[in-house]
Amino acid sequence: MTAALTPATTRPAPPSALAIGLARTGLELRLFVRDPAQVVFSFAYPIVMLVIFASVFAGEDRPGGVPFAQYFLAGIAATGIMLTSFQAVGTALAEERERGDLARLQVIGTPPLGYFLGKAGQVLVTTVLQLAVLLTVAATVYDVPMPDGVGRWLTFAWVVLLGAVAGTVLGIAVASAGSSRAVGNGISAFAVVLQFFSGVFFVFSELPSWMQEVAAVFPLKWLVQGMRSVFLPDAAAVAEPAGSWEHGTTALVLAAWVIIGLVVCARTFRWRRAA
Amino acid sequence: MTAIQVAPVPVPAGQDTAVRVRGLVKRYGGRAVVDGVDLDVRRGEVFALLGPNGAGKTTTIEVLEGVRRRDGGEVTVLGQDPASAGRAWRDRIGVVAQSTGVGDALTVRETLDHFARYHGTARPTAELLAAVGLAEAAGTRVARLSGGQRRRLEVALGVQGRPELLFLDEPTTGMDPVARRRFWELVRGLRAGGTTVVLTTHYLDEAAELADRVGVLAGGRLVDVAPPGELGAELRRVATVRWTEDGATREVVTPEPAAVLRDLLAAHPAGEVPGLTVTRPGLEDVYLSLVGATPEGGTR
Repeated sequence: MTAALTPATTRPAPPSALAIGLARTGLELRLFVRDPAQVVFSFAYPIVMLVIFASVFAGEDRPGGVPFAQYFLAGIAATGIMLTSFQAVGTALAEERERGDLARLQVIGTPPLGYFLGKAGQVLVTTVLQLAVLLTVAATVYDVPMPDGVGRWLTFAWVVLLGAVAGTVLGIAVASAGSSRAVGNGISAFAVVLQFFSGVFFVFSELPSWMQEVAAVFPLKWLVQGMRSVFLPDAAAVAEPAGSWEHGTTALVLAAWVIIGLVVCARTFRWRRAA
Repeated sequence: MTAIQVAPVPVPAGQDTAVRVRGLVKRYGGRAVVDGVDLDVRRGEVFALLGPNGAGKTTTIEVLEGVRRRDGGEVTVLGQDPASAGRAWRDRIGVVAQSTGVGDALTVRETLDHFARYHGTARPTAELLAAVGLAEAAGTRVARLSGGQRRRLEVALGVQGRPELLFLDEPTTGMDPVARRRFWELVRGLRAGGTTVVLTTHYLDEAAELADRVGVLAGGRLVDVAPPGELGAELRRVATVRWTEDGATREVVTPEPAAVLRDLLAAHPAGEVPGLTVTRPGLEDVYLSLVGATPEGGTR
């Protein structure tokens, strides 16, 4: 035993933030899978929303003669992304800090960037799986037409990526705001209000204009709009506030929120709760 | 996995001191919980910080670990200021803290395998499991470990990165006597291998068993630093002579017990002095005096 207990005499540099981010992605996914409540909530919630919306409003059409299930698939997909990124990350991080898991990461010398990358990696994987399940159900059960052509799928890819990354960094940012209880309740309440304002539950163009203007400040509205541009026919663009899909603005707003989130994280991220 | 930069352990000139603290002050809400502590820990020694709850042990060790900011004083740990030291420095120290979580959903082995990936060099999982006596619990989820087993896992994580300097904050809390003995063996093994150890404890036997030197903290101040057998040298110099006279116990506390005995013997020319004892204070008496509590049986 004694021979094995000597300190290292040569010490390679500690692994890079990227290497630790990869290790943490694996860990976060394993922890996610072992938390059945989390798995069920993340995957079932969007499906349940789709089933309810499609059942309650069966037969009704929305702008441009689009069937209800098709119109609202965009909002449900966007909500799903917000759930698996912003809500899941913010809630989990506040709990991890409270349990002292983050204090362990601190004393072991984890670079914050490695920790963030682990969260982002886990979010991307679970988001992609969740959307795959949602689209499969939408296409097979409700006959929602899937995006045609490479262009639409590319739009889908960058909207998902930017939305999930924005949600992740904003989730990390708000998790420093208080106790895990306060953060969890705050995020849930905020998310529900944001869904009403952003056109998830209602047709966005039918909302009062002040609501539309408030919603335009936050990322979810742009996420939903980006998704509409993927799932609705081009003719439906005339019902949008600007009369077009506004891809450029969508990308800019989402990217701006990523940057704002990163700045807040860099300034406020703490491994421990304030003493 | 990463660019391997093999560098020899940096040992700056004249660096036989692992920890150097001068005038450390830490206040919470205006109250100084650490109030002017000076401390030196030599490389290769086991140093125990002993003191009652609230004496400032954990605060002091957390400042040394670089996880708590100080309000005053100078601190150097392995040649750097912990408040500004980076990852390479952190990889050279190991920490077993009181308030860190391990995560519940992984097994013991999965936990060790995962955290091995954070270090420049890591002890093999099997070796760690054996060293802390968790080999049989390797497949158990952390959530189902007992308090003592969980503590042993934390100890394993603390030494995983082959640290030069190991901080242990009340490491044996919750361990049963067997696990405690095994932990002591582990610390002795680490010391024999050249690891410097700074530990806090409020168990006197633990400090006496493990430490080369003990620092006694009371009220945020270091009231004495010495090898366990020499702690409170002033206090140890006095002895208590007791005997029975006219049915009552008489007691004299004196630095010169032999003189008292000569007088006693002269006063009892017939022979035996009834109930005669001469005692010197033990570690516990010395400790209690140092921290300001009255020792049982009062020597003063």
